[in-house]
Amino acid sequence: MTAASELGWWGVLFAIFAGAIRISTPYLLVSVGETITEKSGRTNLGLEGTLVLGAMCAFATSYLTGSPWLGVVAAGVAGASLGLVHALICNLPRVNDIAVGIALFLLGVGLAFYFGKPFIEPRGTMLPGIGFGFWSSNPAIRSGLEVNPLFILGLFLAVFLQWALVHTRWGLLLRMAGESEDAARAVGRSVQSIRTYATVFGGFISGLGGASLSLFYPGNWNEGLSSGQGLMAIALVIFARWNPIRCFYASLLFGGASAIGPALQSVGINQGYYLFNAAPYVLTLLLLIYSSSASYRLAGAPSELSLSR
Amino acid sequence: MMAMSVNTPPTVEVRNLSKRFGSLQALDSVSTRFASSRLHALLGENGAGKSTLVKCLLGYYQADAGEVAIDGTAVRISHPGQAHALGLGMVYQHFTVVPEMTVAENFILGKEKLPARIRWSDENDMLRAFMATMPFQLDPERKVSTLAAGEKQKLEIIKQLYLGRRFLVLDEPTSVLTPAEADEVLGEMRRLANANELTVVLITHKFREVEKFAQDVTVLRGGRLAGSLSQKEASKNALAGMMFGSNVPDRPRFSATAAANETAPYLRIADLHADGERGTPALNGVDIVVRPGQIVGLAGVSGNGQKELVEVLAGQRAAKSGAVYVDGKAYSGTRREIKRAGVSLIAEEPLTNSAVRSLSVMENLALRQFDEPPLTFGRYFLNRMQFLVLARNLIARYRIHASSPFARLDTLSGGNVQRVVLARELSRDVNLLIIQNPCFGLDEAAATEIRKQIVQARDRGAAVLLVSEDLDEIMEIADRILVFSGGVVTYETDRDKAEVYEIGRHMAGAHAA
Repeated sequence: MTAASELGWWGVLFAIFAGAIRISTPYLLVSVGETITEKSGRTNLGLEGTLVLGAMCAFATSYLTGSPWLGVVAAGVAGASLGLVHALICNLPRVNDIAVGIALFLLGVGLAFYFGKPFIEPRGTMLPGIGFGFWSSNPAIRSGLEVNPLFILGLFLAVFLQWALVHTRWGLLLRMAGESEDAARAVGRSVQSIRTYATVFGGFISGLGGASLSLFYPGNWNEGLSSGQGLMAIALVIFARWNPIRCFYASLLFGGASAIGPALQSVGINQGYYLFNAAPYVLTLLLLIYSSSASYRLAGAPSELSLSR
Repeated sequence: MMAMSVNTPPTVEVRNLSKRFGSLQALDSVSTRFASSRLHALLGENGAGKSTLVKCLLGYYQADAGEVAIDGTAVRISHPGQAHALGLGMVYQHFTVVPEMTVAENFILGKEKLPARIRWSDENDMLRAFMATMPFQLDPERKVSTLAAGEKQKLEIIKQLYLGRRFLVLDEPTSVLTPAEADEVLGEMRRLANANELTVVLITHKFREVEKFAQDVTVLRGGRLAGSLSQKEASKNALAGMMFGSNVPDRPRFSATAAANETAPYLRIADLHADGERGTPALNGVDIVVRPGQIVGLAGVSGNGQKELVEVLAGQRAAKSGAVYVDGKAYSGTRREIKRAGVSLIAEEPLTNSAVRSLSVMENLALRQFDEPPLTFGRYFLNRMQFLVLARNLIARYRIHASSPFARLDTLSGGNVQRVVLARELSRDVNLLIIQNPCFGLDEAAATEIRKQIVQARDRGAAVLLVSEDLDEIMEIADRILVFSGGVVTYETDRDKAEVYEIGRHMAGAHAA
């Protein structure tokens, strides 16, 4: 508090910036994962459940084994499993991916709450932060720039996937499955198996998002940990128009909006505090209104998505 | 000329091929031979078994009985990949390219073995070198959605050649092309066949193409072989006889009534602008006048704004500027205006766009008037008995084949769905009929009947705007012909003075030059 208030209004800006990096990690991972799933022509709305289950699994594994990195792997595996369930159910004829997603959202959250009960109290082993604030002697700056390693991973993933969508076999097949089922069938590729891989991959990445929630500051598990970030990340994919790099920028924007409330609080502004905490939700609404139109389709939307048809 | 011509293209034979779908015998012991390096036409009505035959050849379906032989040796083809490995390929009626990807990406995707990492500079160089040996050239880095229909068709064909296919089935390849484009594409196919590069099977229903380009003709009727003969023996009448059996549908030339050019226009579209699905301009200043007792045919290759125009007229899409006048008054497609002016509108694909597939035939027939007497009682209640009376009457008058008035609409065949919609729209007082691609996907007999209905509406004094991608249809029944290209009317002529090639040139966008 004292170190931050030394910085004055610059402190507020810095707190928003640092908060953006800290809070954006789950948004980033979930939206990148969902981008890959949606590029294949399927929507997985269950990622809020994936995020919460990932967070619980990560925390529990880290708590029981003492290794946060094992926790990260556990979160990914949990996410991939939910993705696999989604994919297998959607491969059946006449199954609606949106409805299955909502069911898995509830299932994921339910499982996490059920198995997570014993882990609510204790503090576990956290992931080590990467200190980008080494150049400063101000402790507020040092702790603010202590960056979640999963954020760095998410950034690399976004850049890599952007490249891979154009320059690899997998990227091409994925986009073909999402753009035209007929074309895929005409060249003898199985749309279903491509979509299965894409949903499992998307689930894995979103699970990592869960790990970033429970294994980094403040580093605990409770039932209110996610508060809808998985759902907002899906809205963010639309705003980012199915582009991994734009997902990164959009996540920072959302993270920054979430950090406005706490940042103002840190300089002693307590009036309208709850109003500022609602900023990301208001932002979601505004962005969706801004990016949709009654008369046009969204530019960049994969054509096979149930949303575009 | 082509790099891969080391041996002759395959001769493909089918022997006693049969295939059954439920109660329908789609193919009944068909035997025929597609000899190497020739252009074969495969002719037949809708449902004659043409698609089933080639899909069995290409491994999409498994035949119940019979076999396929390549160069005399029997082969088993159980999935499309095997057919591709044997050099058999197919170009579909509807484009199977991915519009949101580039030409090069579409080419690469067809390869059996894709490298894990794609080096685009190498691939693009290879493609350019290959294109240079091809009759058609396309820029590898262009997005497919920016190509014209003819270019997409060419892309489909060279993609097959690029993948090393030497036996090519073309499924009605010219249905979306202008006559000049069709001649160019088929001419090249014939040239490749003559040069020993390719065996071609052309599925078509256009006699003109058979006469001009085919060397051998195979005719199917009702799942059986109706005949195979060389093009020299194939006269129009002989082919029609084989295709339709004894009941050859007569194709009356519908004659225009007295020139309606003096009467006041009933529909007037003035400088209409509107955006398309993706927010880009689709209509760029459309001016159209339709007078009572006149069919105005709007010809054009699909995707030039026809869909958006019909949507604006239906009140489904907002115009950016400009106006539509019906009977001299501004018109925006509200229910009240529709009723007052007597407007009927039938969009393309009626099952999706002009009717409700999950409602019954009876309910679909009543959609225009279900909320007014005699179909209502006590103002807020529906009188189902009157629904049934109306439905029975229309089903008989319009010869709709449905198992019962209560059958779901999507259990009917395409022709009968179109009859249901026509019955609903034409059985009232019609002053203006707007109709889009009314005969798409229908067989010749159903199409003839539906065109007759349209002409009868005109003869009763209705103003008709016929928006169609089928130029033959427009030439057959329209009194005045307009060409639509790039969201504007680029050419107008009376039917008597119309020249197919001149119209085709404008359909292809020649006005820009």
